[in-house]
Amino acid sequence: MRGARFWGTRGSLPVALDAAGVRTKLKAALRGASGRTFASDADLDAYVDGLPFDVGSTFGGNTSCVELLTGEREYVVCDLGSGVRPFGQAAIARHGPAAPQTYHVFVSHVHWDHIMGLPFFGPAYIPGNRLVFYGGHENLEAALRRQMEPPSFPVTFDVFRAAIDFVHLAPDVTHDVAGMRVTLKRQHHAGDSYGYRFEKDGRTIVYSTDSEHQLTEPGELVAFTEFFRDADLVIFDAMYSLAEATSVKADWGHSSNIVGVELCQAAKVKELCLFHHEPALDDAALAKMLAETRRFEEITRGGAPLRISAAYDGLEIRL
Amino acid sequence: MQFQSRHFGSVAVATPTGRLDHSAAADFEKSLLPLAAETQTSGLVIDFAAVDYISSVGLRVLMLFAKAARTRKARIAAVTLQPIVAEVFAISRFDSVFEMFPTVRDALAAMSPDALAAYDASMAGQR
Repeated sequence: MRGARFWGTRGSLPVALDAAGVRTKLKAALRGASGRTFASDADLDAYVDGLPFDVGSTFGGNTSCVELLTGEREYVVCDLGSGVRPFGQAAIARHGPAAPQTYHVFVSHVHWDHIMGLPFFGPAYIPGNRLVFYGGHENLEAALRRQMEPPSFPVTFDVFRAAIDFVHLAPDVTHDVAGMRVTLKRQHHAGDSYGYRFEKDGRTIVYSTDSEHQLTEPGELVAFTEFFRDADLVIFDAMYSLAEATSVKADWGHSSNIVGVELCQAAKVKELCLFHHEPALDDAALAKMLAETRRFEEITRGGAPLRISAAYDGLEIRL
Repeated sequence: MQFQSRHFGSVAVATPTGRLDHSAAADFEKSLLPLAAETQTSGLVIDFAAVDYISSVGLRVLMLFAKAARTRKARIAAVTLQPIVAEVFAISRFDSVFEMFPTVRDALAAMSPDALAAYDASMAGQR
């Protein structure tokens, strides 16, 4: 296992940086450049690279889709949010449409934001490609077909020309899939979701999104600590603040940065990546949350430091 | 975890001590929640002066307390937070759940003149 590449990182609904947001960033960048001169593109790049992330870039707005960099030829991806569209386009651009590829797709659950990208996943329309959908839900195939039925979409699931298979994976046992050891864990979310633990070549990535930790069952915390144990990277649903997750948004099925840090510290995880960002949060708010989470990790640290990152569309984490 | 509570007029002041983490959460909940159910109090103050740390589980107890207090429209305040605990409140956004004051006296002054008078009388009696 070599790492992960993020194609969609937003929760619930895709969002886009709007005109006002671009204007705010431009003004901040121009204010910082006041009195400076740029003799070359390299000078400009150096200046832009030195800007705070929320000024010089954006977290992006596609919904959940994470590619695992396994070191193997076949692709592995988690979830089919709107981020799977640019993922598919990049794969086609890399290989050309005529070179058959295999895509192993692990689906956390079938809520809309995690499957909405499939109708726009270009490789599904190309004969010779192979798609294998894995999940813990018995209704995975039905849900993927239903979103493409009239009157919701102009063509049905059967328009796909790739060879498609569905594989049900039982939780709490280890499966050998695509050269990896894969373990599913059922998570607290409306209709259930499944977290995935992927192990290969002595490296481990955990993909745990749309999972609410209600802090009421000590056994649940112990079980998730074991599920995360010694992982190199945990991709974690940190959609809400702890105050929101335990009050107005209790039972909405999502977690917080605070709980993410506590679980990862207990499990001796190396890196926690905050994921499934609340659509209402702009880049400045997400950058603030990242800084606060790093500070929280610092003041609660009992052993080795836990690296903290915040996922953005285009982020690549190498283990 | 140790826990004390006092009443000043119509306001109750709770004083937990130590770390409010997984090992203390059950006792903290058992001690704190009955205060939120007292119908004779119009304000509830938690004095964090002797709290070294609060984890997510301890914060969950505070949320249960806040919800119970809100159902009967009692005001709730957190006071005298040590710097680390204050940071945890800010990062978790619990500083928007409670009214925040520097001292017990400041909270009582904001909540109730009779509570403030009772508190000042109590303090004078200790001198």
